[in-house]
Amino acid sequence: MSTEIEKEKATEKWPTDKGYIYIREDYCKGCGYCIEFCPQEVLEESAGFNEKGYHPPEPTAIDKCVNCGFCSIICPDFAIWDEKEGTNE
Amino acid sequence: MTTELKQKEEVKPELTSAEHPATKYLREERLPHIWCSGCGLGSAVTSLTNAYEKLEIPIDDIGVVSGIGCSGRAAGYFETDSYHTTHGRAIPFATGLKLSNPEMNVTVFSGDGDLFAIGGNHFIHAARRNLDMTVICVNNYNFGMTGGQFGPTTPRGATATTSPYGNYENPFNLPDLAASAGAVYVARWTSVHARRIQQAMEDALSKKGFSFVEILSPCPTGYGRKNDLGEGIDELKSYQNRAVIKHESDPSEAEIERDPEAEIVVGNFVDIDRPTYCEVADDYLQSQ
Repeated sequence: MSTEIEKEKATEKWPTDKGYIYIREDYCKGCGYCIEFCPQEVLEESAGFNEKGYHPPEPTAIDKCVNCGFCSIICPDFAIWDEKEGTNE
Repeated sequence: MTTELKQKEEVKPELTSAEHPATKYLREERLPHIWCSGCGLGSAVTSLTNAYEKLEIPIDDIGVVSGIGCSGRAAGYFETDSYHTTHGRAIPFATGLKLSNPEMNVTVFSGDGDLFAIGGNHFIHAARRNLDMTVICVNNYNFGMTGGQFGPTTPRGATATTSPYGNYENPFNLPDLAASAGAVYVARWTSVHARRIQQAMEDALSKKGFSFVEILSPCPTGYGRKNDLGEGIDELKSYQNRAVIKHESDPSEAEIERDPEAEIVVGNFVDIDRPTYCEVADDYLQSQ
């Protein structure tokens, strides 16, 4: 039960023009791949730390996101992914 | 009007319990995984789960086998049928799995040290027999888990914990080895080519016969640190600059140099058709 409550709080869901971006901060290891390889430069390193001591990404220009999904395929830690509107995943 | 207003408002996230789409094929309770920050193994796992999903392979029809090493951990994260074998024996185990259950989609997910050092013999014989399986090799140029010793793929001149004055051995050229041993599908990509990797995996999984995909991965903790390559992100940027795509080129010209400026040939090298081991065995035994 307690893990379920923890799960509910774990993922941030950011609305974009074409769907959503999800960021699960506690999985992030701060490699910076999503920030560097985002073609629209949507993400930036956040000032805060996660529980591992890394700086997770933060969408500072979320309106530029086109939901290409490259962050979700390049992230080695399953910490960021996208969902296009109209799909269930 | 409304869109203008929407852009001016500060967008706030909503907290949810959503999970990464890859977790459909993964044991979610075992995440986050053990691999280092900047390691390419996680991206390779995502590409593989995406490929399974795209090909709509049911989770019960997949077998993932891995050997020992950092990449050996992968089998433990897959919620498919999976097995973490002894060192170098991923391919023999996968062979048994395929022969006892020919309908199963068998994937070997392992590293260069496991597949080509202690498991090199199994690799060439599986390729010679053309067993219907997909072998994914995540190449990080060294034995990462045991502390960064040099291995069969360490480029000449590169430093490792066991080659402090530089490695003077000649490394294997993996696509050339696979192609000359008889693999029907051979591709090489780097971790930065995430979409190309996924496409190559889809092609390899749907190909009948022995298909091989090599993924050049950063290893910031082992190989990268010893050779002053910087963080994982610096290694990915260097792959981006060094990679030259040459589809259907001769894999013997795809050697990897230690020089951080030298080009790396990537692409889909081989895509041919040859009868698989199971087909040959059935035909032969029925003709007797």
